[in-house]
Amino acid sequence: MIDATGFEHRLGRLEEIARALEADGVDLAQALALFEEGIEQLRAAADELSRAETHVQRLVERSDGTFEVIDPRE
Amino acid sequence: MTGRRLPRSVGRSDPDLFSVGAFGSESPGSPRLEPPGSPEYPGESARSAVAVSVLTQTARDVIEGAFIPLWVRGEISDFKSHRNGHWYFCLRDSTAQIRCVVWKRDQRGIPAPPDDGMQVAAFGRLTVYAARGEMQYTVTRLEAEGDGLRRKALEITRARLEADGLLAPDRKRPLPRFPRVIAVVTSPDGAALHDIVSVVRRRGADVRLVIVPAAVQGQTAPEELCFALDQVDRWGGADVVIVGRGGGAREDLWAFNDERVARAVAACRVPTISAVGHETDTSICDLVADLRAATPTAAAEAATPSHAELCAELRKHSVRIAGAMRGGLRTRSDALRHLGRHLAGAANHHVMQRRGALQSAAARLHALSPVATLARGYSVARSTAGATLSSADAFRPGMPFELVVRDGTVQARVRTPGGEVA
Repeated sequence: MIDATGFEHRLGRLEEIARALEADGVDLAQALALFEEGIEQLRAAADELSRAETHVQRLVERSDGTFEVIDPRE
Repeated sequence: MTGRRLPRSVGRSDPDLFSVGAFGSESPGSPRLEPPGSPEYPGESARSAVAVSVLTQTARDVIEGAFIPLWVRGEISDFKSHRNGHWYFCLRDSTAQIRCVVWKRDQRGIPAPPDDGMQVAAFGRLTVYAARGEMQYTVTRLEAEGDGLRRKALEITRARLEADGLLAPDRKRPLPRFPRVIAVVTSPDGAALHDIVSVVRRRGADVRLVIVPAAVQGQTAPEELCFALDQVDRWGGADVVIVGRGGGAREDLWAFNDERVARAVAACRVPTISAVGHETDTSICDLVADLRAATPTAAAEAATPSHAELCAELRKHSVRIAGAMRGGLRTRSDALRHLGRHLAGAANHHVMQRRGALQSAAARLHALSPVATLARGYSVARSTAGATLSSADAFRPGMPFELVVRDGTVQARVRTPGGEVA
């Protein structure tokens, strides 16, 4: 299962990288480092997407008021 | 059944005395109204007059026993909601009217109190209020023409929620873009759940769908929906909650117009998507939820980003970053080329300048050169150390020196002291 916050974070970071690369005044070494990081983030995000899966479960409240998520009997 | 109860206070013991054949069948073997040769029956003469209460109570027994519950249609007038919680009104047509009551306990099944002038159908029983000797219709169900009561109930609920600020647009919270856990409050056997699960699966969304079962129609539906929403809230494990059901008759969707359910939706700390029925159905829950989805399918789509969308988004980022990098490199190489050209120009200029200076220096140097003087027949005396000997004082007797002439040097020595050259 994707760490969704991770995926969201990756998209945010990709946006930052694109913006930094598009800005004036970034030096070449920095630009290359950003580019490399961008490629790495893209690869990892695509990887995560390919592993996506949907689970269906059911919420059960125990008598002590705590909750449990169980797989439904199918 | 026939009215047979005769209070003992009447003083006559025959309980079937007031049986009236016209109002129904008699039990087998029950005595006839006027048994032959019987003594006078109560009220037959002034002497045997019955009490008012006997009359009205007997009337009640007779009338209440004679009618099965019926739907009666008419127009509402003189509606009053009494302090004690019961509703009173008259139901009338052009020629007649009857007093009606809706006991407080029976009001649950009626969407809203009726207004005067409403054309309604009332389901109830004809009763007699013996204490006042009045007939009244005891109503347990009420339906207004054009679904007027439901419309009124919606307006009332809406106004109450609005007064509490629950319909304000700025209450709407944004949904998380990437929910990990989606709670689904609906019937576990309903079409809505089936639709939601298949849409989320089809979109390849990486989520857990957690079903929180609740009846979505029938008397218990509002309580069950409230309870399920409360569970979602207390559990706290969901990023978003879908509450809804598939399409159905208007009455079947009614639980989603219940004020309690709407308030439970509003109170839920998890962002809510309401999905009730078809596109054309709008419920009170829809107004309160953070997002109104037209159908459960639309709710599932709104809740989850699709695999294809996310891939497209990654592609977009990829193109943008590569473009930015390429652009940055092109700008730099252009700048470099420009700089190179500039540098070459500057260097060229510099070299030309120096070349000129060199030439003039060479000319000057040439002018000062002793080589030309030597060529004309002069010579230069130099010590062995190479110093020019230009004065007689520099010469010592016997000192070796050399003479530099046009085409070479000649070794020499001073012969005599004083100014004579050897």
